[in-house]
Amino acid sequence: MDTILYVTPLLIQGAGLTIIITATSVAIGCVLGLIAGLARLSGNAVFRALGTGYIDFFRGTPLLVQIFLVFFGIPGLITEVQNWAMASWGIEPLIKDPNLPILWAAITACSLNSGAYIGEIFRAGVQSIERGQMEAARSLGMSHWQAMQYVILPQAFKRIIPPLGNEFIAMLKDTALLSAIGVEELARKGQLLNADMFAPFEIWISVAFLYLLMTLTFSRLVDALERRLRTGDRG
Amino acid sequence: MIEVKGLYKSFNELEVLRGIDCHIAEGEVVCVIGPSGSGKSTFLRCLNLLEQPTSGEIIIDGVSLTDSKTNINEVRQKTGMVFQLFYLFPHKTALENVMLAPMKVKKLSYSEAKSLGLSLLEKVGLTDKAHVYPEQLSGGQQQRVAIARALAMQPKVMLFDEPTSALDPEMVGEVLAVMKDLAREGMTMVVVTHEMGFAREVADRVIFLDDGRIVEEGPPQDIFTNPAQQRTRAFLSKIL
Repeated sequence: MDTILYVTPLLIQGAGLTIIITATSVAIGCVLGLIAGLARLSGNAVFRALGTGYIDFFRGTPLLVQIFLVFFGIPGLITEVQNWAMASWGIEPLIKDPNLPILWAAITACSLNSGAYIGEIFRAGVQSIERGQMEAARSLGMSHWQAMQYVILPQAFKRIIPPLGNEFIAMLKDTALLSAIGVEELARKGQLLNADMFAPFEIWISVAFLYLLMTLTFSRLVDALERRLRTGDRG
Repeated sequence: MIEVKGLYKSFNELEVLRGIDCHIAEGEVVCVIGPSGSGKSTFLRCLNLLEQPTSGEIIIDGVSLTDSKTNINEVRQKTGMVFQLFYLFPHKTALENVMLAPMKVKKLSYSEAKSLGLSLLEKVGLTDKAHVYPEQLSGGQQQRVAIARALAMQPKVMLFDEPTSALDPEMVGEVLAVMKDLAREGMTMVVVTHEMGFAREVADRVIFLDDGRIVEEGPPQDIFTNPAQQRTRAFLSKIL
């Protein structure tokens, strides 16, 4: 018990970083997801292909691999390209240090991953709105985009709150994978403390409890929000 | 007001409209009747390009809808559409439903749109429901809001696609009453309907459509009491 009381405040620092990374990534993911989702629904074949390619890649590969790709792979690629440019044409490297700050790499990987899942959530949300809504809006003289903006998306947003909440919770747990590149979020803090103190049960049960506390709190918040927004929705 | 020439519409292999020609004058009320699958709704939906005609020409108020240079969003403002299933915007109150298009499309100010919206809700007898969401309204009330919403764009023509078919019988009357008022005020109306009583009483002309073609048309008293075509007679004997 003493161990648990001692490690918990230290773990909470890690939990803070977990929340910051998750919230930032899901927020950026919402923007990427809206773009990707609308691209997939677009009448333009190029946009559709880009949206589909992005979503397929990030949903079809493990987040851990994506984290390595961003943190190690991208700087590696930049270095190789610069070396090749130097050797072939004598171009001086433009980027002296191609390494990404670790937190940036973490947020980039998680945002790209989240955006792909949220893209599918947006697409499904928009498609769940009955076709008559679009027709009614268009029959009043609205353009396709006006109808999207004022009629379809506001209704779709309400319907995607539960799956968006699930995505937030899934991402919150998945950020534990960032421990692999040394981001000191909650799971990494657990590893470090355990290396110090070697009290595996006390430490990992505390880590688990803190994750549970965050996910349960958040899912209650989503439930409450969903209830508040239910006004005026038939579905 | 509406001029339709050689209108054809196919969905893949299925030919739904096979050459429709008709002229609808300003202020005329035309009811389109016919068996299900005859193409009535498709015909109506072509009149505001919710369906793109396969071939033929449609001219409304001097503007050709089928001309590729025509801005469809502008032409659609001339034609208000009322749907069988209302399709009110569920996230907006009755008043907001009516105000939305005037504000976003015609760029009316909030107060202009609001006074327009309130006057139209008064016209359909729903002033007291202005701030209520569609889910709290009966079917008949929803359809009346939908009519007010369509009127808010001040259309030259109103298109009704089986406006009472989804309603409980006791609510049909209130919607038909609003439509009768509109007809009396001189609105040009095209109504796809199964309400033969309404057609008989309000229509200036009835068009009987079958198999994608106009089989017969004329004043309601002629069509209903003395149809010239065998198919019209067969259809009417089944429903009257």
